[in-house]
Amino acid sequence: MIELLTGLLSYTFVVRALIVGVLVSLCAALLGVSLVLKRYSMIGDGLSHVGFGALALAMALNLSPLEVAIPVVAVAAFVLLRISENSRIKGDAAIALISSSSLAIGVMIISYTSGMNADTSNYMFGSILAMSKSDVILSVAVSIVVIVLYVLFYNKIFAVTFDESFTRATGTNASRYNTLIALLTAMTIVVGMRMMGALLISSLIIFPALTSMRLFKTFKQVVISSAILSVICFVVGIVLSFIFSFPTGASVVVINLLMFSVFSAIGLFKKKR
Amino acid sequence: MKLISCEGVTIGYDGQRAVNKVSFDLEQGDYLCIVGENGSGKSTLVKGLLGLIKPQEGSITFNGIAPNEIGYLPQQTVIQRDFPASVGEVVISGCLNRRGLLPFYSRAEKDRAADKMKQLSITEIQKKSYRDLSGGQQQRVLLARALCATEKLLLLDEPVSGLDPVMTADLYQLVAELNQTRGITVLMVSHDLESALEYGNKILHMKTETAFFGSTADYLKTELCQRMMGAKL
Ligand SMILES: Nc1ncnc2c1ncn2[C@@H]1O[C@H](COP(=O)(O)OP(=O)(O)O)[C@@H](O)[C@H]1O
Ligand SMILES: [Mg+2]
Repeated sequence: MIELLTGLLSYTFVVRALIVGVLVSLCAALLGVSLVLKRYSMIGDGLSHVGFGALALAMALNLSPLEVAIPVVAVAAFVLLRISENSRIKGDAAIALISSSSLAIGVMIISYTSGMNADTSNYMFGSILAMSKSDVILSVAVSIVVIVLYVLFYNKIFAVTFDESFTRATGTNASRYNTLIALLTAMTIVVGMRMMGALLISSLIIFPALTSMRLFKTFKQVVISSAILSVICFVVGIVLSFIFSFPTGASVVVINLLMFSVFSAIGLFKKKR
Repeated sequence: MKLISCEGVTIGYDGQRAVNKVSFDLEQGDYLCIVGENGSGKSTLVKGLLGLIKPQEGSITFNGIAPNEIGYLPQQTVIQRDFPASVGEVVISGCLNRRGLLPFYSRAEKDRAADKMKQLSITEIQKKSYRDLSGGQQQRVLLARALCATEKLLLLDEPVSGLDPVMTADLYQLVAELNQTRGITVLMVSHDLESALEYGNKILHMKTETAFFGSTADYLKTELCQRMMGAKL
């Protein structure tokens, strides 16, 4: 086992994937707590599909994927947030529309330029081979920005998550912090998408928070537990994906699902007693 | 000194007027009770005052009080049943409006939150999860949070709904004390006319429009008040 791991770590692409993956898992887990509690999960899903469309477009135009996708998804985050703030019910439908349209356009672009092939599947379900050195540097930088901003604004993020009207009523600019949450989510999604896949990245955001909420009852505990769980699930998932050559995203999600079941079972057991 | 003056405030939802041309003013140290039937626009008016909904007409002027010096206890806090938050986390979040853009909480804010929790006798449960508390305890937590947010003006929207009689009396006592000893101006929406008359020095009776605004003593003389009392007996 140890041998296998040291063997893996001797490949640069593996090391790159691990560094980026751990950072992205951390970002996703932190933001996930607010997104789940604010019922913004749909936004995460929508953004990943917009991101997929943007990546496909960048590839077709021969541009750097991350540099195109980050601004596009940031704008989308802004728009989706406004839609879901303004009309709760129709908002869901509007997000679903934008999200599936972007996915469709992305698939069209890819099949027109390179044909549906292994590349497309990598984008949809994740691959760790996709990262160039400059991608890695950009990803690390973006992740660190996300984590630092999250920590600095942690109390504000708690307040707008717990009770937005009170926060607004008592003179804090709540929209500013909603926007911050959406933008940080956008960056996390773009950076994590290539490894996790456009279809699976949003589960990286949602799972750790939901899992932690089964057992923990204060915000801080949930945030910390999500962060730890997310990193552990990612590392275990990626090692499994090497050993059995599963797609990375899928194995990470399956490990997350497993942890969710374990935490739910413990939660139920605790409640019964 | 006039703390708040409202003139001809009209607020509506989708063209329906919920608050129609309401005018009143509030002096520092007042205890104003807003009464009226369900759906008469009380909560809407409070939200208008807080800037949560924009009035279509009229003006709301604050004197010597900034938006970040107001405390608020919502009628129903639409917090999800399973929200993970400890009592301490909720209470100190009321201090956020003193921080501006600065990150974290300083010693001063932590002390302030501890002080408010002590005042409301919730220090022992500060590590507990908010969602596991009884209705009365939750209301105390939210009041502590509101007190963290203000030294000047407290808006309470039906703070006793769902509380048992003992808790209700406690809460009224507490608010009256804050008003008298600390000079905090109170604006309370109340369903309970008797205690409104007992504690409030001014009454605003809403019927979408202003049915009455003035001192409690004057209100007692009106037919409106007599009818309300009669209906209760
Ligand atoms: N969010 C809303 N959307 C549409 N109509 C609303 C909304 N909130 C309140 N109303 C309507 O406005 C009127 C006043 O409501 P409200 O201010 O809550 O009254 P009160 O607090 O006195 O019971 C009611 O007719 C209510 O149906
Ligand atoms: Mg009301």
